[in-house]
Amino acid sequence: MGTGDALGMEGAHAQASGMGGMRAAGDLVARMQMSKRMRLKEAKEYVAGKLGCSTRDLSDPVAMELLRLEHGLGLVSMTSSTHPTEPGMMEAKFNISKLLDIPINSVERFKERTTGF
Amino acid sequence: MEPKIPTRMGDGSLVEMTRSEIKADLEEGTMVAAKKAKVPELTQAELGHLLDIYASAARFTAVDIGAEVVLSNDGTGTKHIGNRVQDLQSYETLLGVDIPELWQADYSYKAVKTNVAHEGQSMKIAQALLTNPVQYGAMPDLGRYSKPDGPIPNWSELLPMGKIDEARDAQVEACAMLVEDIDFVADAMIEAGADGIDMDTTGAAGDADFLAALTACRKLRAKYPHLGIEIGMASEFVLGMHGQLEFDGQRLAGMWPLKQLEMVTAAGASIYGPAVNINTGKSTAWNIARAITFIKPAAEVATIPVHVNVGMGVGGVPTCLFPPADATSRASKAFVEILKIDGY
Repeated sequence: MGTGDALGMEGAHAQASGMGGMRAAGDLVARMQMSKRMRLKEAKEYVAGKLGCSTRDLSDPVAMELLRLEHGLGLVSMTSSTHPTEPGMMEAKFNISKLLDIPINSVERFKERTTGF
Repeated sequence: MEPKIPTRMGDGSLVEMTRSEIKADLEEGTMVAAKKAKVPELTQAELGHLLDIYASAARFTAVDIGAEVVLSNDGTGTKHIGNRVQDLQSYETLLGVDIPELWQADYSYKAVKTNVAHEGQSMKIAQALLTNPVQYGAMPDLGRYSKPDGPIPNWSELLPMGKIDEARDAQVEACAMLVEDIDFVADAMIEAGADGIDMDTTGAAGDADFLAALTACRKLRAKYPHLGIEIGMASEFVLGMHGQLEFDGQRLAGMWPLKQLEMVTAAGASIYGPAVNINTGKSTAWNIARAITFIKPAAEVATIPVHVNVGMGVGGVPTCLFPPADATSRASKAFVEILKIDGY
């Protein structure tokens, strides 16, 4: 559960103990907690198994940059190192859904609303 | 003479205490909680670990590499920088939060209902622009249904008049309306692509408030098997404003974290968020020992992720506008290392 008023606490928590979201693989572990109700250890092991890495790698932005590129899981876009030929946000979520073998709501809605194509 | 160490009070003020004084506060904090909730005190090893974390002049502390946890955050997208979706992007890219949350300033499902199309469109835009899972959050906020804010007789006025039955009937009626509103808003957000629904500060209005969240959660789980549903609590103890309400045959009034967890799990939630409020007149060491003692029985047996509320005024983080990183990071490390929690 969250950190309440957003006045700098997130920065401290993120640095003290956060997985880093899509800067590493925190978003993937979070998805397993949300959709499969997995506790942290199980969720980390599941994601690491799918990626073929150690659970420690999941919080390492250096290790995960390479793995996210390899699997098309999306990267933080920034001016100095954009990846226009790599999957963007929605495209990455399609790949995440496939890799983790879970439905992602926005991906399912996207499919529903583009059935003519 | 024993050297003094800078540390924080529950209101955030910087004070100096000796290691012995911090140790004494830790011992008193766990004793107070154990007595109140009728749970075991922390072990000497756990208190020693907390002492190492808190009896330090370091400006910042952190867990070991590899021991990081998932951050689900209420209150992200607060118009710090631009619009709410831009803020969510900042939380994703700059802060590295794992589950950003879209919300509106009037943080109540009843209030969101009147603005749900706009909120849904914002969620749809957020889903197009973020890779992280994005949930929608608000409070159940049962009090909004009582007069003068809502249509139901005000049970806080009825109770002092001795109109107990009328006060109870009013809460039951309000509870049914709240369940409908949470369900209505959640349907709209899920249609817009939300990855999860957060019922934050649950139980703020007592047992009927908690019952509404549990009932809504069960309804949502039946409809959406893969939806993230987070139920975060308002405090360590469910107030018995009604006193007789039950969920699955269990009386909700008076529940501490362990029983709260059982109810939240039975309702089908994905994540349980215990909350322990800060005593501003005591040190953060006293507060963290008290908070961990309350939550430990739940964290030990949980089968779903436990994301402790570790924000301003709860979970060992001081009640002040700008919580200092030294206090926040200590609470962060303490919960992860002592309780093995799954996130915040």
